[in-house]
Amino acid sequence: MLFQPVNKNYHEFCIIRDKDLCINCKVCVRQCSYEAHYWDESRQKVMHDNTKCIGCHRCEALCPTAALNIVNKPSDFRTNSLWRPVFLQNIYKQADTGGVLLAGMGSPVDIPVYWDSMLLDASQVTNPSIDPLREPMELKTFLGAKPKRVKIVTGKDGKPELKTKLSPQIELDVPIMFAAMSFGAINFNLHRAMARAATETGTVYNTGEGGLHKSLYKYGKNTIVQVASGRFGVHLDYLKAGVGIEIKVGQGAKPGIGGHLPGEKINDQVSETRMIPIGSDAISPAPHHDIYSIEDLLQLIFALKEASEYKAPISVKIAAVHNVAAIASGIARAGADIVTIDGMRGGTGAAPAMIRDNVGIPIELALAQVDQRLRDEGIRNKVSIVAAGGIRCSADVVKAIALGADAVYIGTATLIAVGCTLCGRCYTGKCPWGIATNDPKLSKRQNPDIAAKKLANLIRAWGHEIEEMLGGMGLNSIESLRGNRDKLRGVGISDIELDILGIKHAGR
Amino acid sequence: MKRVYPDKEYCIGCHLCELACMTAHSKSQDLIVAYREERGKDGLSSCKKVFEKGHTCVAISCRHCDEPSCVAACISGGLHKDPETGHTLYDREKCVGCWSCLMACPYGAIRRHPTEGKIVKCDLCAEREGGPACVAACPNAALKYEER
Repeated sequence: MLFQPVNKNYHEFCIIRDKDLCINCKVCVRQCSYEAHYWDESRQKVMHDNTKCIGCHRCEALCPTAALNIVNKPSDFRTNSLWRPVFLQNIYKQADTGGVLLAGMGSPVDIPVYWDSMLLDASQVTNPSIDPLREPMELKTFLGAKPKRVKIVTGKDGKPELKTKLSPQIELDVPIMFAAMSFGAINFNLHRAMARAATETGTVYNTGEGGLHKSLYKYGKNTIVQVASGRFGVHLDYLKAGVGIEIKVGQGAKPGIGGHLPGEKINDQVSETRMIPIGSDAISPAPHHDIYSIEDLLQLIFALKEASEYKAPISVKIAAVHNVAAIASGIARAGADIVTIDGMRGGTGAAPAMIRDNVGIPIELALAQVDQRLRDEGIRNKVSIVAAGGIRCSADVVKAIALGADAVYIGTATLIAVGCTLCGRCYTGKCPWGIATNDPKLSKRQNPDIAAKKLANLIRAWGHEIEEMLGGMGLNSIESLRGNRDKLRGVGISDIELDILGIKHAGR
Repeated sequence: MKRVYPDKEYCIGCHLCELACMTAHSKSQDLIVAYREERGKDGLSSCKKVFEKGHTCVAISCRHCDEPSCVAACISGGLHKDPETGHTLYDREKCVGCWSCLMACPYGAIRRHPTEGKIVKCDLCAEREGGPACVAACPNAALKYEER
């Protein structure tokens, strides 16, 4: 094209418009927040600019005549297994801008997905499988420190009485929670939907670090409030609002990196909730400036326990990195009740692409190692383990629990349930699905009534599937699966990987 | 009675309701034929119109008022209130195209037929199984057909 930078035509997607079907109704024009579709006055028809398409499929989803297809651009660079197209594209981009490459959602890079290399067991003949539709099946999960042993005495009335003082627990009807996604990164409609869906399904959602909107305090029984390095929206009522408090040290998508919510996303409601001026950038530092050691972490944990009157378990969320097992052990010893480990495939609203795609380790390996280390040290009962980052289906949940998790967080899956197509442009604030945006025109594309229903459906569906899988293994309680790696077998992975995962190869 | 209630909080301004309305009132019952051919040839148009201002939008159609100003204003008896259903009914044969109803409607929900001296007004998709087409087409549940 004339008057364009030379590499403008190296774009990712093509919009294919079927001329027999397109009626020029302009639905696509109105839906595209990137202005890839437009009304051409001189031609009197809808046209499109492929270079602007981000591949979100919103137009395709709403086109009433199914006239649109979004496809990868067929033209490709010369085949080169070292210099793959993505590297060329990135270099062109950076040569133009001089900037850091930004990315949204989880890493799309091709690193091994160990969930796919693990298979589950089922009962045959000798131990009967259980039909969850006919027999009771328990998915109830409690997160928090458990006593080493319990002391029970017989009371005066002859009934048993528990003498051991129990730590506070978060009670979940299903071991699946909505992951921390801040109000600001995603909009209020979705926060409302998560709160309602969590309440309806007996699980919890995590506020993320953007504080808790005043109208959502009533969902406190199903809320975990987060305290992160920016301390946005943290005050005494906030700390007491939920059933748990999470200290966010790291995030799987961007270990070692802070956060930056651009000023454009800070509208009046976000500003009020985060307690920062409208339009100001919300910058979360990379470290907590008051945590430089396990001892410092201990101080913060106990400061939060004091503030919440020892009624809420404290979780510490870290990214899965090289020495994650030792770090988790330190966290357990610092007095945390829950350790949340976020694997490198976890999502984000914005992260430098190099960090997202190259830093951290897969959750499966981290989880297995943390569980093993805590068991070896005899402190596994002191903390619950929550796994996050790349949980795609209920089988992943079951495998995570068999590897040693008490529960899982789902973030990306949550967003997919409400329409996200993983286009990965969350950092632009123009999300065409109305998810990662506070633009009033876009955010109303998420009707909380519909979103809450979809989220509750997802949790219920996965719950049913987990029951089926448990029943197949002859188990009637999720407790019997927890850390039960004998129910897992590896396929097609090396001895060292089997060793780290603590599982046998299939056939053994 | 059940009416179509728009919700401006969640109307995303996609105009799919207009297309659904047009299809439901077309001869072909086919969106592509209705929009491409019947719209031009027969002056087929939607009874519903999406109004937009800033980031707010709302889809307006006949509200089937309890005391309709259009019926009072109609000079030919082309509009009347059905005492049983409560619907405000339009008799095309009696309509003389004087537009008095257009002037009287406080919602701007009645519109001129593009090619004939007639009006276009919502009939709540009287013949359609499953209720009004606009409600079924709305992707964001911003139109509700209910008793209030």
